[in-house]
Amino acid sequence: MFSLVTFIPRAIVQSIPLLLGCIGETLNEKSGSLNLGIPGVMYVGAICGVIGSFFYENSGAAFNPVIGLIIPIVCCMLGSLMMGLIFCFLTVTLRANQNVTGLAMTTFGVGFGNFFGGSIIKLTNAEVPSIALSATSKAFKASLPFAGKAGVFGKLFLSYSFMTYVAIAIAIFTAYVLKRTRTGLELRAVGENPATADAAGININRYKYFSICIGCMIAGIGGLYYVLDYASGVWSNDAFGDRGWLAIALVIFSIWRPNWAIWESMLFGGLYILYLYIPTGANFAMKEIYKMLPYVVTIIVLIAISLRNRHENQPPESLGLPYFREDR
Amino acid sequence: MQDSRTPAVSMRNITKTFGTVVANNKVNLDIYRGEILSLLGENGSGKTTLMNMLSGIYYPDEGQIYIDGKPVQIASPKDAYDYGIGMIHQHFKLVNVFTAAQNIILGIDEENGKKLPRWSRLDLESASKKIREICDAYGFDVDPNQKVYDMSVSQKQTVEIVKVLYKGADILILDEPTAVLTPQETEKLFKVLRNMRADGKTVIIITHKLHEVEEISDKVAILRKGEFIGQLITKETNAQEMTNMMVGHEVKLNIDRPEPKNVKPKLEIKNLTVKTEDGITKLDNVSFTANTGEVLGIAGISGCGQKELLEAIAGLQPIDHGEILFIEDDGSKTNLVGMDALEIDKKGVSLAFVPEDRLGMGLVANMNLADNMMLRSFRRKGSIAGFTDRKTPRELAEKVVEELEVVTPGIDTPVRRLSGGNVQKVLVGREIAMNPTVLMSAYAVRGLDINASYTIYDLINKQKERGVAVIFVGEDLDVLLELSDRILVLCGGKVSGIVDGRTADKNEVGLLMTQVGGGAIG
Repeated sequence: MFSLVTFIPRAIVQSIPLLLGCIGETLNEKSGSLNLGIPGVMYVGAICGVIGSFFYENSGAAFNPVIGLIIPIVCCMLGSLMMGLIFCFLTVTLRANQNVTGLAMTTFGVGFGNFFGGSIIKLTNAEVPSIALSATSKAFKASLPFAGKAGVFGKLFLSYSFMTYVAIAIAIFTAYVLKRTRTGLELRAVGENPATADAAGININRYKYFSICIGCMIAGIGGLYYVLDYASGVWSNDAFGDRGWLAIALVIFSIWRPNWAIWESMLFGGLYILYLYIPTGANFAMKEIYKMLPYVVTIIVLIAISLRNRHENQPPESLGLPYFREDR
Repeated sequence: MQDSRTPAVSMRNITKTFGTVVANNKVNLDIYRGEILSLLGENGSGKTTLMNMLSGIYYPDEGQIYIDGKPVQIASPKDAYDYGIGMIHQHFKLVNVFTAAQNIILGIDEENGKKLPRWSRLDLESASKKIREICDAYGFDVDPNQKVYDMSVSQKQTVEIVKVLYKGADILILDEPTAVLTPQETEKLFKVLRNMRADGKTVIIITHKLHEVEEISDKVAILRKGEFIGQLITKETNAQEMTNMMVGHEVKLNIDRPEPKNVKPKLEIKNLTVKTEDGITKLDNVSFTANTGEVLGIAGISGCGQKELLEAIAGLQPIDHGEILFIEDDGSKTNLVGMDALEIDKKGVSLAFVPEDRLGMGLVANMNLADNMMLRSFRRKGSIAGFTDRKTPRELAEKVVEELEVVTPGIDTPVRRLSGGNVQKVLVGREIAMNPTVLMSAYAVRGLDINASYTIYDLINKQKERGVAVIFVGEDLDVLLELSDRILVLCGGKVSGIVDGRTADKNEVGLLMTQVGGGAIG
């Protein structure tokens, strides 16, 4: 039976990787960089975290939940930072084409994840082709102790891991920075019109490097959340699927507003797993149609936005364009 | 020219090269407080480059800049602001989706010596208050909360000026500020500039319009091909002397107007009405005749239907009602309404329209000169079905470059690398080379320097002598009065009068531009 009380928490847990990926991509795009490498970054972030916690869990030392949390997060952030730096160096410093660089990074990231995922699976000598990090996942998924006693309210609002709340806090904070602060104003100016920002004395490359790298780290955490929270610490190759692309679609859906993305990622998350909750019996074709829903919604939103044709709803003006001061 | 005061800005032996091109060669310049200096020169003479070095966009290869007598290094726009130098660029540096206030405070990181916080809420209210104070002091009209995309060109320029004043600049550089303004807006701008001069600010205006130099500036500095030619006191010089210094050789300042020969009606417009998609009437019952061997000037405040008129004739604008009759040599008439642009083009009706952004219509920025020529010729003779003839366009491109003195490394250079004036020469040159029977040109000399403008006038006169019906939409009334045989004045989409170019005076036309006269269409 379809039950909202079980469906909504699953949808929300499903939505957090999308939300984090979306915030990361929004930060990239607000600086004028169309980073199509985000799916790869999320893969690399996830596998780096997995590698870190795999070696910690198997080090023989007694498992300390706090260290168990810190190690994968730090490893994940370092891995995705590396990816961000590669993208920055290629597109900002060397002014390479962003689309080509991004696509290459996605191909690379997925391959990187599967390669090291496969290597570790070999190390475990397990029967199933996956890595299970149960102790780490348990530490990640710890929720408030009284959540279970608070009934439906507890289930809908309190039953999540701390990372879920952190993700939503990041979304709200990013939205605040972009919209209200001087830093956000300058960052948006860089993405809209770098020549203007340059003439105003803003260091274009510094803003691009920072926003791309921070964006990649946030997106990488999204990948880690998927493995340790959603998948309960089980890594298997390619399981992350096309969530990275969905995160990029979500950027357009949220019209570059991370605070809107909170709700929309939940909608996307819900649509993404809806096929599991609607009884279709043996009709697998119907299941595939349900899986299309997030993309259909994105297309509808794109049409709606272009019909309204408001300047505020357009992508940053110089999105995808390299900036070179003495060019004309 | 000796002056006991210390110059606000002094540039000594400034040299800047781009690759092999010397943009500025040992330029010397002195500007004092409370003065307006015009920087005069043709396109590509290095005016903007020189000022970009003052505003920190470029860094000089050689030479020294002094501010108030002290040697300074200006390595970035931020340094320039610290020395009180603010530049208003020809292409506005504004973010479209930001409000005026957001644009104005962009990049400001300290106020009254205090670092502004990075992460706390922006204080737009106090910024708006300060903006209003500046506006009141100098007579600007800016709504701090208006979005830039909602603004007219003149409003955007005002925001640019307020922006540099807000940052505390007392040395203002304006790069061709009047190129995009109507005469009324120009007058308003000049009034503001005079207020600033009275307030002790230093103003540098880059221009190539002589009458503006005479009207606004105290001093004038002249550059030619990157060389510093001289600095004069405006009152002690005259247009002829400045032109000679600017061009380097004698230029006569009046335009030829050969007597029209063999005048026959070529194009008859009857009751032409054009409406926009939203139902706004752009042209209202316009009727006139364009004759062969004659230049028909079209005058009017910008946006009065000039663009729509030319586009309607060229078949690019849907027509509400009315007739456009093309009269063949044997006297038979064809109605062009309803024909598509290609068929009209085949009749020899050619449109050389220079839009505000120059590259928006007519030329493809990323294609080279020869390929841009081919855009017009690929359907014509010489090409075997399915293949294009590349030789003829190349020859044409070479001819245009040579005859119009287009400054370009070669005909294989993408058009976007050319400066604005040169792009325009390519466009106009190409249209004229098509041997049209009707040549329509709008703003053909917009942004061009004197030499290039006169080349274009000559080309137009040559076409007229060939028996082409020329329709010339112009901005400069003096030019229209000197070049056109007849002048049609548009006002709010209506014809407010057609006057004889030989006998009309400026006031008469100016009056017609602002009010719709009676039905007298002559």
